[in-house]
Amino acid sequence: MIEHLPILQVVVPLLGAPLCVIIRQARVVGLFALLISVITFLISCSQLQQVLQHGTIIYELGGWAAPWGIEYRIDYLNSYLLLIVSAMGAIVLVASQSSIVKELPRTRHMLFYTSYLLCLTGLLGILSTGDAFNIFVFLEISSLSSYTLIALGNDRRALTASYQYLIMGTIGATFIIIGVGLMYMMTGTLNMYDLAERLPEVHHSRTVLSAIGFFIVGVCLKLALFPLHLWLPNAYAFAPSMATAFLAATSTKVAVYILIRFIFSVVGAEFVDTVLPLPEIFIVLGIAGVFATSISAIYQLNIKRLFAYSSVAQIGYMIVGIAIGTPLGLTATLLHLFNHALMKAALFLAIGGVVYRVGSAQLSHFAGLGKQMPWAMGAIVAGGLSLIGVPLTVGFVSKWYLVLALLEKGWWPLTILVLISSLLAVIYVWRIVEWVYFTPPRIIIDDVQDAPISQLIPIWILVFANIYFGIDTSLTVGISQKAAAVLFSIGGAF
Amino acid sequence: MNLPAEYLMILTMLVPLAAVFGIAAADRYPNLREGVTLCASLILIFLVTKLYSLTTGGTEVSWTGIEIFPEIAIYFRIEPLGMIFSLIASFLWLITSIYSIGYMRGHEEQNQTRFYICFAIAISSVMGISYAGNLFTLFIFYEVLTLSTYPLVTHAGTDKAKRGGRVYLGILLSTSILFLLLGIIGTWYAAGSLDFVAGGVFDDGQTLAAAVLLPLFIFGIGKAAIMPFHRWLPAAMVAPTPVSALLHAVAVVKAGVFSVLKVCSYTFGFDMLRQLPTTEFLIYLAGASVIIASLVAMRQDNLKARLAYSTVSQLSYITVGALLANEAGALGGAMHIGMHAFGKITLCFCAGAIMVASHKTEISDMRGLGRKMPITMGAFFVGALSIIGLPPCGGTWSKWFLMIGTIDAEKWILMAVLMASSLLNIAYLLPIPLKGFLYESPDDTDLHDGIQEAPLPILIALTVTTFGCLVLFFYPQPLYELANSFVEATGYHAR
Repeated sequence: MIEHLPILQVVVPLLGAPLCVIIRQARVVGLFALLISVITFLISCSQLQQVLQHGTIIYELGGWAAPWGIEYRIDYLNSYLLLIVSAMGAIVLVASQSSIVKELPRTRHMLFYTSYLLCLTGLLGILSTGDAFNIFVFLEISSLSSYTLIALGNDRRALTASYQYLIMGTIGATFIIIGVGLMYMMTGTLNMYDLAERLPEVHHSRTVLSAIGFFIVGVCLKLALFPLHLWLPNAYAFAPSMATAFLAATSTKVAVYILIRFIFSVVGAEFVDTVLPLPEIFIVLGIAGVFATSISAIYQLNIKRLFAYSSVAQIGYMIVGIAIGTPLGLTATLLHLFNHALMKAALFLAIGGVVYRVGSAQLSHFAGLGKQMPWAMGAIVAGGLSLIGVPLTVGFVSKWYLVLALLEKGWWPLTILVLISSLLAVIYVWRIVEWVYFTPPRIIIDDVQDAPISQLIPIWILVFANIYFGIDTSLTVGISQKAAAVLFSIGGAF
Repeated sequence: MNLPAEYLMILTMLVPLAAVFGIAAADRYPNLREGVTLCASLILIFLVTKLYSLTTGGTEVSWTGIEIFPEIAIYFRIEPLGMIFSLIASFLWLITSIYSIGYMRGHEEQNQTRFYICFAIAISSVMGISYAGNLFTLFIFYEVLTLSTYPLVTHAGTDKAKRGGRVYLGILLSTSILFLLLGIIGTWYAAGSLDFVAGGVFDDGQTLAAAVLLPLFIFGIGKAAIMPFHRWLPAAMVAPTPVSALLHAVAVVKAGVFSVLKVCSYTFGFDMLRQLPTTEFLIYLAGASVIIASLVAMRQDNLKARLAYSTVSQLSYITVGALLANEAGALGGAMHIGMHAFGKITLCFCAGAIMVASHKTEISDMRGLGRKMPITMGAFFVGALSIIGLPPCGGTWSKWFLMIGTIDAEKWILMAVLMASSLLNIAYLLPIPLKGFLYESPDDTDLHDGIQEAPLPILIALTVTTFGCLVLFFYPQPLYELANSFVEATGYHAR
């Protein structure tokens, strides 16, 4: 049993999805999906423990050895991200039990949970597999199901948002498959570790160069790197709150994972650097993205859109971390993957609580909610402080490592830019605080209560996690450092 | 009560935090709620004095908490300067709590529970700041203090309060994130240690790094209100007066200059500080702050605004003292933390008393008020003398040492600046009580009609601090000895 965990991690939610269709009952389907999520979470915990104790797990699908068969390879990096994704999935589903009832008609609950489980399958599959083509397949599974999730949103604009994402996502996926195809053409293998060995032989061909180019651009579309982020704000704003919370906490993280895996494990950072000025491009786009999208966030009137822009900004930090090209920089990125998932899940769930009670995520509808929904608003403030990077929150940990990595590299001007940009977060978070606490309620809703307890518990678990992992960093920092060290021992520095 | 000293130290932070829950629970019973605050402050004073007697007896008190980053832990260690700060803050918390009862009820303020809760959190973080054993711990509590005082500044909830809060948070957070955090991470990177140790953490060869980092610290500690980052202090005066009194005359601003002193003495070390090219520039900037803020204060008609600018000026005295990097400067700076605290809190208490009793905020309306409110105006007179630095008030001593510090350093311009500023202090502070007593109010009958002294708790509080000012003149030894052992602890005498 235990040796089959890597495949169970993916297969359990995959089988859960059709079962959801069979069950159909709105109430039962939710609990069933929750059960599946909890199981995947437990599997990922167990895998992480195994990796920490015994090192990399290699699982050959159907007993066929790589490179002929498909190989799942779980090392520090995968197991860490598997934990993030499955944990966020499970916790979001707890809150979704009540939230979905308000936001979606009963007939659609089954659709929501089915596509959620498929999306989870896709994301976990991407993280587990060691096969480049498999990544594409799982990416498509997760993308197609997330288009559905977004289109389920109540607002009709959700349809156009979903369509926009569909177009951009398909272009991204096509680029990725072109990249994978070209690499297969040159090397005759799809296994990522096999690719890593064979690519150096054909390094100087133009085909490999264009393969790398296609692949990286495709992934950057999926991870919403500025200026390829335009699909993201609308998609997050109009999707059902729980879908937003889940996607914000997981999907871009997984795309960042693909990028890291590809650069460090497949082609090797040294080689990428010889053919492409990638660090320079990443730094410029990362920092420009942080500024442009943070400033956009300041002017948003819808809180979901506001935090969607903030998500793009945070991705900018992660990209800068990768571009620094030192183990410390990569550690900062990996830390931020985890930390940002915690912040955004807490924030979007709390916003979901407001949508549940007030029916809108417009900033003006948050007026005066500080009195009426103290716990939900407290969570938004705590999440916001974490986003700013106040000490004792996870945001501070990420910022500390990013700044330290930049200083180690001697990039003073960039350090100052990063710190200035974090002040922009103060502005957009404090705009919300002022609406929530200092503006008298505008719309008269007789009895706006706090979010239901079934939502407050997961929200506050996340808030607590935001603080806990801001104080006890041994787990996150430990794994991130190990993962970064392993990646550098394979891929080398820029 | 024979707890180990480490536990006592941790309790100083936990007791105000525990009070938060008590205050919240007693939301509906104002008397009980204020009772909790008073009890907590009494316990705190007990703890701090106990620690004082232990540490002066030679006990080393330190405690290492969790390592947040590898080799960077939450770490507390009591040293004399922190002792000064915590003694003053805990004592004045009690007095301010008494004062708050009179003020908040007399003024019929809303959301009083939130007010007392935030106040308690702020005090807890002040304790954390005073006992912080490394820069990292200091930074954490510094930020907690900023955030916990924000709801106090915006207490009124009006547009004006909101704007004030924006400036307050904007300046304090941005300076701390942009400069202070960068300075701390830079120090960690350059020196590999964030601990406060005698003689500083930098090697002799690291002059360049230290020279770059020093301005980051001096500007980054925005709470010390050195120009041009002083605007938050006048903006914070929209807060209720007890807040202005304790936080913006004592806790918050003193946390700023305390951090400056601490960084100058234990992170850089005075010997290093004297060699740095940037010290020279910063010390004259602080000198300019002293003069300019005094000049601006003269032009303010709003009493609290005048006091705010006066505070900006006095804070820069301490920054000057720290940057002088000699024995007398450090001694004067450390003592001025205490002396100015008592003087300024008295003045703020008086401003609040006048506001509660007569609803006057502008100085020009206060002529002849001394006849109706003799205790308040008398206290104002004494507090003003202490700020100016005239006998028989405590401020005399600290300014004396600061002056000697400038002479030792042979910085004659600075000496002239300090003297000129004292004259300016006379010009903008003394006329208020003098006109209050000597002038007739313009149309006596209706303008000051029915005005009497403020409620009793207010009078008690301001009488106590007034006596504090006087006592510190005649009996400054405990403060002087603490300040002296601070100078010794910096390793200055060793060389």
